[in-house]
Amino acid sequence: MKDTSHVNALENEAIYIFREVAAQFEKPVLLFSGGKDSITLVRLAQKAFWPAKIPFPLMHIDTGHNFPETIEFRDRLVKELGLELIVRNVQDSIDQGKVKEESGRYSSRNSLQTTTLLDAIEEFKFDACIGGARRDEEKARAKERIFSVRDDFGQWDEKNQRPELFDMLNGQIELGQNVRVFPISNWTELDVWSYIEKEEIEIPSIYFAHKRKIFLRDGLIWSHSEFVYQEDDEEVIERMVRFRTVGDMSCTAAVFSDAADISSVVQEIRDSTISERGARIDDKRSEAAMEKRKQQGYF
Amino acid sequence: MDVLKIATAGSVDDGKSTLIGRILYDTKSLTTDKLEAIEKTSKQKGYDYLDFSLATDGLVAEREQGITIDVAHIYFSTAKRSYIIADTPGHVEYTRNMVTGASTSQAAIILIDARKGVIEQTNRHFFINNLLRVKEVVVAINKMDLVDYSEETYNAIKADFEQLMSKRDYENQNITFIPVSALKGDNVVNKTDAMPWYNGGTILEHLEGLDLAAVSNAGTPRFPVQYVIRPKTDEFHDFRGFAGKVYGGELSVGDNVVALPSQTKSKIKEIYFNDEKFQTASRRSSVTITLEDEINVSRGDMLVKEGDLPTIDKQFTATISWMDSQKLAAGNKYVIQHGVNKVLAKVDRVHHRINPDYSGIDESIDALGMNDIAKVTFKLNKPIFFDAFKNHRTNGSFILIDSQSNNTVGAGFIQ
Repeated sequence: MKDTSHVNALENEAIYIFREVAAQFEKPVLLFSGGKDSITLVRLAQKAFWPAKIPFPLMHIDTGHNFPETIEFRDRLVKELGLELIVRNVQDSIDQGKVKEESGRYSSRNSLQTTTLLDAIEEFKFDACIGGARRDEEKARAKERIFSVRDDFGQWDEKNQRPELFDMLNGQIELGQNVRVFPISNWTELDVWSYIEKEEIEIPSIYFAHKRKIFLRDGLIWSHSEFVYQEDDEEVIERMVRFRTVGDMSCTAAVFSDAADISSVVQEIRDSTISERGARIDDKRSEAAMEKRKQQGYF
Repeated sequence: MDVLKIATAGSVDDGKSTLIGRILYDTKSLTTDKLEAIEKTSKQKGYDYLDFSLATDGLVAEREQGITIDVAHIYFSTAKRSYIIADTPGHVEYTRNMVTGASTSQAAIILIDARKGVIEQTNRHFFINNLLRVKEVVVAINKMDLVDYSEETYNAIKADFEQLMSKRDYENQNITFIPVSALKGDNVVNKTDAMPWYNGGTILEHLEGLDLAAVSNAGTPRFPVQYVIRPKTDEFHDFRGFAGKVYGGELSVGDNVVALPSQTKSKIKEIYFNDEKFQTASRRSSVTITLEDEINVSRGDMLVKEGDLPTIDKQFTATISWMDSQKLAAGNKYVIQHGVNKVLAKVDRVHHRINPDYSGIDESIDALGMNDIAKVTFKLNKPIFFDAFKNHRTNGSFILIDSQSNNTVGAGFIQ
């Protein structure tokens, strides 16, 4: 038998955080998008509680505009691991008149997810929502805590955050509040990819190079799809692309790539000079786009 | 993966954000889109240089006021290791952020503006990093370009800082002085020709050379139990695993251990990481331990090696850093979170406030305000198992929680 000194410092930190969630909260839930970060979270949660099952359900806030590959992957993963999955649909929030579908050139259901999420938190009385956000993704996220308290309205008060010292996580909240938990806060995009490679974690096929119908706008590669608004003069072409980040189709841009397997993807990320969220159309809206969405209760 | 956590400290306008931006730029960690955003904004503001502080100042209020108001985490890596920088603001009123940043760091960079030299806030920055026993401190004397790269100025500042060092409590702290210009990029990542009189390395060279095992303070092994894993499946019917993180030293299969507070003895049967069995659990690994005997252990309890017990007491004295606008006074009650264990505590006595500029203590006060650092005695509703902070950074520290607001209102370091 060997010693554990070779194990990854970030992995140990994440496992510690998962166990704190299970111990400190009554009704945690893991927010699962089908993206690589939330898939990594599932693997870490399995490790944290083995040989017991993950002691909380997964929840997907489905915009209805997801890549079909992601949904297929999600359902298979849940089935194989015997996990409980809750799905709540943005379409329902639209039908109930709670949110209004955006229209026009940059329309997306991405920001509509917030209402559906907050309703689901209330419906199930979740007190901790575990998410795959990372501090390296975006400037406002760089200031996010590992246990981030949200009020009754799901809002983030960034100027009044609890200090987090040493390893100690303070999960004490009042009734009606909830905590967003980010176990991979300190991971970078490359850390996640390296971990997926090392652990041989399966991820949806759209992360690898494939032929896709696309069009170009504002220097970004958009998917040609019924969910994505397209001008008549925006020409559809077919190219080898892959996705570095997976949100719904209307807010995720592709990159040109020939990286068809995990080791070439890791190499590509290593060599890359564009940040991951550089391909997120939702962040391009303004300099403070993410901070504004977070204050309103976004992930 | 080898990760070094660094806290930065400096006063307003000492160029801290610029230094971090410079590190990111020179290590090629800034991506094209981020760099373009910086170029665009610098131009809009009419600067003839790149304003690297834009890379880190993440909140709208910060960009408006041009200051950093909360701890931001910044990531970069070299071929050798990954780095996490906790960028903590330097204003007098934000001591709590500095304490927070230092608590998770193994190294600190203290910035001094070469034109101003050692100022009152430098004392505070050094005091806090010394109080929190951050092993490695780099004193970066910045803006050398604005003092004609003068060796005399550098030496004078160094001598002033050495005066401070003579008053420190934690003497084994390693302190390294480096003359830099963050704006010009001198001695940050790359060597410079501008200061031929300086023979040492750059900031990055110094950080790369640190031995990680040596910078994270070792102690005796402590295993606070976070969670009890009981699968109750057919295959693992009798499995009772104690999940937690190993602090201070190693634990191995066969070690004789004592469970606290019950003081029941047993022996480590198995150590699991996920589904794999290991002979030894190293420091900071998150493992699951099973014992030879069926003894009662639950969250908040602690496994320690036999013959190596911590102090078990219902009272202790600590240096605390107060972080709340509501005052702390004798008689007040709080929740103390010591690792994963929670107890109720009452302030028995506020002994004195420590002046964070090393100028002495103030015994006249009986209540603490935001940012005060003081010596306080607490009485608890049940015993906890602790070590002195100077011997064990993890088992000697705690946080104070206000049971009304649930906020973390202070941090303490047990004497």
